[in-house]
Amino acid sequence: MLKIQNLHAEIDGKEILKGLNLEVKAGEVHAIMGPNGAGKSTLASVLAGKEDYEITKGSVEFEGKDLLDMETDERAKEGLFLAFQYPVEIPGVSNINFLRTAINEKREYLGQEPISAKDFMAMVRERSKLVELDSKLANRSVNVGFSGGEKKRNEIFQMAMLEPKLSVLDETDSGLDIDALRIVAKGVNALKKEDTASIVITHYQRLLDYIVPDFVHVLYDGKIVKSGPKELALELEEKGYDWIKEEVVNH
Amino acid sequence: MADYTENELAKDLENKEYEYGFTTNIESEKIPNGLNEDIIRLISSKKNEPDWLLEFRLKSFKMWEQMEEPDWAHVKYQKPDFQGISYYAAPKKQKYESWDDVDPEMKETMSKLGISLEEQKRLTGVAVDFVMDSVSVATSFKEKLSELGIIFCSFSEAVQEHPDLVKKYLGTVVPQSDNFYAALNSAVFSDGSFCYIPKGVKCPMELSTYFRINEAGTGQFERTLLIADENAYVSYLEGCTAPQRDENQLHAAVVELISLDGAEIKYSTVQNWFPGDKEGKGGVFNFVTKRGICHKRAKISWTQVETGSAVTWKYPSCILKGDDSVGEFYSVAVTNNHQMADTGTKMIHLGKNTKSTIISKGISAGKSQNSYRGLVKIDRKADNARNFTQCDSLLMTDRCGAHTFPYIECENPTAQLEHEATTSKIGEDQIFYCLQRGIDEEKAIGLIVNGYCKDVLNKLPMEFAVEAQKLLTISLEGSVG
Repeated sequence: MLKIQNLHAEIDGKEILKGLNLEVKAGEVHAIMGPNGAGKSTLASVLAGKEDYEITKGSVEFEGKDLLDMETDERAKEGLFLAFQYPVEIPGVSNINFLRTAINEKREYLGQEPISAKDFMAMVRERSKLVELDSKLANRSVNVGFSGGEKKRNEIFQMAMLEPKLSVLDETDSGLDIDALRIVAKGVNALKKEDTASIVITHYQRLLDYIVPDFVHVLYDGKIVKSGPKELALELEEKGYDWIKEEVVNH
Repeated sequence: MADYTENELAKDLENKEYEYGFTTNIESEKIPNGLNEDIIRLISSKKNEPDWLLEFRLKSFKMWEQMEEPDWAHVKYQKPDFQGISYYAAPKKQKYESWDDVDPEMKETMSKLGISLEEQKRLTGVAVDFVMDSVSVATSFKEKLSELGIIFCSFSEAVQEHPDLVKKYLGTVVPQSDNFYAALNSAVFSDGSFCYIPKGVKCPMELSTYFRINEAGTGQFERTLLIADENAYVSYLEGCTAPQRDENQLHAAVVELISLDGAEIKYSTVQNWFPGDKEGKGGVFNFVTKRGICHKRAKISWTQVETGSAVTWKYPSCILKGDDSVGEFYSVAVTNNHQMADTGTKMIHLGKNTKSTIISKGISAGKSQNSYRGLVKIDRKADNARNFTQCDSLLMTDRCGAHTFPYIECENPTAQLEHEATTSKIGEDQIFYCLQRGIDEEKAIGLIVNGYCKDVLNKLPMEFAVEAQKLLTISLEGSVG
């Protein structure tokens, strides 16, 4: 589904990603961990297509297409979803109107008819339950006056509505208490399918107690320096990142 | 309202250039250019006016001659050549007995504007008065309204049929000497709308007027006089368009509202005069004086969405004369390319327990300049007056300007005044968020801007709100930078 090869990216002349390789297949959940400043959020932004970053080398293939060649909105319509670490507020635009616009943009792109109001509302009811999001929030302005936990749940709700092929969760656990964490994880797990995949970016292991990854990668200094099964996360939790750094230096 | 975001908007965006830029091929009768007493006499005689009105015009003209064009507004433009304008242009065939007699080409014009009368008659129940160039063409629904004693007709007709009412109220809210353009209008106004709602009557439908400048080299000087008698209610809509022309056209209207004891007037405007092209050539100069007076417990609410005109100079105001009266001003002003707008309101609190609310949303794009100018004045005798002002500016580029000039004059210590102001640049983060959800940039801007203006758009009647939303999106097409 996703194949990243030797990816180099910089911002304001400073190189952040320095030759990153990653392959994600359908049905898989990959966790990306690493210390602060390793380039985790940069990876999420680069995949989504944020213009501030310049790709200097490498390639990213998404479902057989050149992802880097696509506009940001095109990537989204092709099925790439980013759950933001800091979801933005859009005053005056209701969640519902926002989502319906997004869904219909995607449907139009795929040559489908716009969703009917009835089907849409049924979908809203069903999927907001998934993340225990009060249906009242659906009528409020996008993220305006939402608590930290509600914003993150709203991200997962949007993900459920947009049915992406590949979801990138950027530190979705940050700022969440344990109950909110459980709810978010439940939502993500419920959406897991054979033909979809997720990349879960996190600083801590605790999210991975709930969203169990197939692979864990350690991102350090712009590269993936270690990959392993889910147990790697526990090891990182126990030992911290210093031993990884030493390993890298010694090599 | 939510429905428009989809296909309709996509279609609109395809012809996002100024879409009302067509001229209608109707033979018009246009008087020679220039302004002097003879011209004024000619206009007055063409309209078969009584002597008192001719006197009113001539007196105004004398005042105007003594006045200088104001230059305090934050706008720059080539001053109009007042002798190079024709002050009267009328489609030749006049006096339509019924809707069927109206010139088909004119009907075509109206349907291009999206205001086919037939359609409106059937579907919306909106009564429309259509002023093209200078003459009012058709007023629908007249019979139904007259059953309730409501008078809604062209200004010229009112002069003939209801001279006492016109004479009693004309110039009482905006005196001839008020300002340069009000004086000019008072001298040369050619037509406009007149409306009277009798005591205790709630007008059952929205009344609406569309103004359009068609003829080249003409000015439009319409006059609107709206009187809501005691405990009456009316909601009035005003729409404006003009064809694309290279030269600047002058529009100097006067609107006077009189809200008698316990009455309420809601006055909504969607103004889309041609703003000039991308290089700033052409466009309408919109120098308008709008003011209303509220008597006891009366209310006037101005709502405006301003997307057009090369230069706008407009301050719909309320004189809160009666105790417990209420004034409101809700405004969205968009400027793009080289447009300049200096707009706002005046709330003059004279009575006790008077309240006013001002919500102004300015959006600047391109190289435009957008200014809010407002005055809140609390008179010595206006005990317990209250005002709330919120003034927001949104910048779309780093080459445009947003300015706020709030004036507060308070002579009474019991007054409560609140003023909030914000200036922000449209968030790149917000746009990125929308893009990541698959919403393209133009639609994203449409969503964000409409959200930003929601407090004001919500005050518009439904069908107007939809039109206004589309206009906002179209005017801001390709404007982020």
